[in-house]
Amino acid sequence: MKEYQTITEVSGPLVYVETDEPIGYDEIVEIETPDGEVKRGQVLESSQGFVAIQVFEGTEGIGQDASVRFLGETLKMPVTEDLLGRVLDGSGNPIDGGPDIVPDERLDIVGEAINPHAREYPEEFIQTGVSAIDGMNTLVRGQKLPIFSGSGLPHSDLALQIARQASVPEEEEAEGEDSEFAVVFGAMGITAEEANEFMEDFERTGALERSVVFMNLADDPAVERTVTPRMALTTAEYLAFEKDYHVLVILTDMTNYCEALREIGAAREEVPGRRGYPGYMYTDLAQLYERAGRIEGREGSVTQIPILTMPGDDDTHPIPDLTGYITEGQIMMNRDLNSQGVTPPVNVLPSLSRLMDDGIGEGLTRDDHGDVSDQLYAAYAEGEELRDLVNIVGREALSERDNRYLDFADRFEEEFVDQGFRTSRSIDETLDLGWELLSMFPKAELNRVDEDLIEEYYVEDAASEEEAAAAD
Amino acid sequence: MSQAEAITDTGEIESVSGPVVTATDLDAQMNDVVYVGDEGLMGEVIEIEGDITTIQVYEETSGIGPGEPVENTGEPLTVDLGPGMLDSIYDGVQRPLDVLEDEMGAFLDRGVDAPGIDLEKEWEFEPAVEEGDEVEAGDVVGSVDETVSIEHKVLVPPNSEGGEVVSVESGSFTVEETVVELDTGEEIQMHQEWPVRRQRPTVEKQTPTEPLVSGQRILDGLFPLAKGGTAAIPGPFGSGKTVTQQSLAKFADADIVVYIGCGERGNEMTEVIEDFPELPDPQTGNPLMARTCLIANTSNMPVAARESCIYTGITIGEYYRDMGYDVALMADSTSRWAEAMREISSRLEEMPGEEGYPAYLAARLSQFYERAGYFENQNGSEGSISVIGAVSPPGGDFSEPVTQNTLRIVKTFWALDSDLAERRHFPAINWDESYSLYKDQLDPYFEENVVDDWSEQRQWAVDILDEEAELEEIVQLVGKDALPEDQQLTLEVARYIREAWLQQNALHDVDRYCPPEKTYAILSGIKSFHDEAFEALDAGVPVDEITAIDAAPRLNRLGTTPDDEYEEEVEEIEQQISEQLRELY
Ligand SMILES: Nc1ncnc2c1ncn2[C@@H]1O[C@H](COP(=O)(O)OP(=O)(O)OP(=O)(O)O)[C@@H](O)[C@H]1O
Ligand SMILES: [Mg+2]
Repeated sequence: MKEYQTITEVSGPLVYVETDEPIGYDEIVEIETPDGEVKRGQVLESSQGFVAIQVFEGTEGIGQDASVRFLGETLKMPVTEDLLGRVLDGSGNPIDGGPDIVPDERLDIVGEAINPHAREYPEEFIQTGVSAIDGMNTLVRGQKLPIFSGSGLPHSDLALQIARQASVPEEEEAEGEDSEFAVVFGAMGITAEEANEFMEDFERTGALERSVVFMNLADDPAVERTVTPRMALTTAEYLAFEKDYHVLVILTDMTNYCEALREIGAAREEVPGRRGYPGYMYTDLAQLYERAGRIEGREGSVTQIPILTMPGDDDTHPIPDLTGYITEGQIMMNRDLNSQGVTPPVNVLPSLSRLMDDGIGEGLTRDDHGDVSDQLYAAYAEGEELRDLVNIVGREALSERDNRYLDFADRFEEEFVDQGFRTSRSIDETLDLGWELLSMFPKAELNRVDEDLIEEYYVEDAASEEEAAAAD
Repeated sequence: MSQAEAITDTGEIESVSGPVVTATDLDAQMNDVVYVGDEGLMGEVIEIEGDITTIQVYEETSGIGPGEPVENTGEPLTVDLGPGMLDSIYDGVQRPLDVLEDEMGAFLDRGVDAPGIDLEKEWEFEPAVEEGDEVEAGDVVGSVDETVSIEHKVLVPPNSEGGEVVSVESGSFTVEETVVELDTGEEIQMHQEWPVRRQRPTVEKQTPTEPLVSGQRILDGLFPLAKGGTAAIPGPFGSGKTVTQQSLAKFADADIVVYIGCGERGNEMTEVIEDFPELPDPQTGNPLMARTCLIANTSNMPVAARESCIYTGITIGEYYRDMGYDVALMADSTSRWAEAMREISSRLEEMPGEEGYPAYLAARLSQFYERAGYFENQNGSEGSISVIGAVSPPGGDFSEPVTQNTLRIVKTFWALDSDLAERRHFPAINWDESYSLYKDQLDPYFEENVVDDWSEQRQWAVDILDEEAELEEIVQLVGKDALPEDQQLTLEVARYIREAWLQQNALHDVDRYCPPEKTYAILSGIKSFHDEAFEALDAGVPVDEITAIDAAPRLNRLGTTPDDEYEEEVEEIEQQISEQLRELY
């Protein structure tokens, strides 16, 4: 293999090299500094006699005296079932002191798009045990459902709760352990503290055994973050589509990933898109998020829960915005609910699961699920809206009907959403709780629910119970 | 795209940057299709400057490097037209995704080309001409049964000189076999090719006067689209663009549906592939797939093919229009198409216009929508293409370039609203902001075919909703109970208009499709509640008692009442409302 000592320019994460042979686009490069350190990079642009390289591990120490080797292949992830239980760095090298990884295959990390014709529509209900999700924004196997959070909010706790509790109810009874998920965890630029939180939980619950952990921490090279999720997803696809696992992929924090993209774009002096992020960020993110799903004729599945922190809690910021345009819904964390002590602080109104409708109902969850969730939404939205008004005119100025909606909104948050990070509710418990709350209203008010279902599930004495409680 | 092209010249790759490749020593013209690299990836020439030819590549370019060959076909990007396009799903350059799956498995590999229509399959050709007939470009020379729903007409190619038929076949033929021969020596097959970026010729564009009946109450009732019209659905993520587009694809009374998933989700296309063969076309009762052609270039598929998928789709649409069919084309989402243009433009280092989009964005958008219309075809038949484009504005902000440039062209605007979506008011179409410029020209149709006071009743609903909007501003300050009783009653009526009429659950087996007669009937029911209630109020009945009657909430269930029961149900509700109210005074 030819070595070049022809670096002409180093700029931010980029290195420009003159070459005298054709170099493939996206190819992997090793750069060795005079003191023997080897860094890896990738060809971003290849022209006759000249290439631009993006270096993953930071360009410190690289100068014109460094030597450059082109490996003649694109970046690969060595995969094997033995990765389960292992902790790797952001580029896929073991950091847990365990044995070397003997790969079964080495797969291109860019991954190929799943042919839409080969996909199977996801519709198997995953019970996360979290009412705000199961009841109102149901997750299904093969879905990509991100958590939109803000800095300082307990999104990690929610992600861990899901990883711990997620199961597919029917199979649980039939085959015991089979319904458990393998977890692929990809950390990008999170703090060591956050990372420890995850690791401790994985170890304590024994989840580590069925997990593959990729760690790129805050003080690891930023550019490596563009590789980490691809390594994680390549591993997930392998486990799902070749080894029949149901894989849950948690990626955190996508915001750091996007910052890294921005950094590279800026270094390349590209025309920036909105707020300085590259114009191709939609496509780039789609190439990650679309790597979720089910494939006809294969046993396994890839379910993705990416986490992102919205800069300034602003969901129109390009990172959450572009994500929302690609994923199949979103779970929104809310700062006000968090300060009220609601855990998990999920605001169900702007949350959404687009694959919910096909994953719920008779034979899947329960016949009343769709209607109950519709009605809970409508009622909570109405109560929420009235809260603004009540601040101005006071409760007395509102009708009895309006007051009931206000009470409902309070109880919905306190009883339905605020369940704590340690409670796991079955879907029946969640829906029954929903009925208890809905039964605060007269039947005629429940216009989103089928009349037969009202007859079956309405809790007749709920209204009077509540009045009695109020009288105390 | 068929594969048989001869190679006219070969050059060499000079540089590779994502989907953009430059080549030297290549004799080429703009928009020529080329094969790039050792693997022969399909691309299209998009710029020529001196000896340097710039190419957008329709497949992933990882590992491709300088020095590899580039072969020119000397032909522009074309689609294969002929029987077999319905019930198909294509990528952005018309490669059948089922064929690709057979050849390369579940993941999309590269370097595989496949014709857009099956060249081997035999079709039963039924001639429509005889020896000695004179035919011209566009004339129908015969037909085949393409699907249970659609008779595929075999046309003289649009650029033919025409001539006298000297021989005509009848029976089973493949699309490549000659079925008609003219005295000019021209041989006509069932297979044509057409360059995607060029509009297929017609005689003239006419003013549309017929609605594209959508089965969606808010659309047919308030903001109707014409057959041959254009519509835009802008909205933030999760507001209902795709659900609305899919509802139209399922229920609109078009003959042919071309559904383009442009840079959106894989699962959404899978959903269509799984659902459409099962769902009946409300007009014919046949499976929906029998009238549908799908084009799927999802967000993770190559960006250059996303740029071309819109053209592939509309060219296929035009071909069916030429047969005299009414075609409805949905593009979800035109923003992703615009972004593909932006991405390629920026790789070319073109001077960026607004928000980095190329300066020709507006021109491309209007060229696309201009291909919609109600046309007199070359063969004298009339056909239409209605185009409905979803727009995905960043941050849901409609002031951005794609939304704004689209609004300047389209005549129907269905504005989706995140507030409504959050409240689960679906379809989340904002009735204040949306409009249809076809409304007046379509009224005669509705009045003749549905009911004679169609437009009056619509105006009544619009007035109530306007009044509600004004009153809501006061309510925000003082609460509802502070309003005079008549105004409180108006709010109650408006609530029924919103909940029982405007809202429509696309996921409910009955509610998802509402024929115009039912759209009218539900509103009539609400209007009779209005009329009776105001009489009661005039007679001194307190508003609380009026709104408490239990017959009125039944209006909210009319949407889900089956088509053969709603008339009776409306009558019954009206009668009960009347009885219950009259008991109060
Ligand atoms: N008419 C409707 N009836 C019932 N539900 C609806 C309706 N319209 C939208 N929804 C709900 O809203 C969700 C989001 O709708 P949809 O996927 O069409 O949004 P979108 O505007 O296409 O978003 P994106 O831009 O991200 O693709 C759906 O999954 C569905 O739950
Ligand atoms: Mg959509």
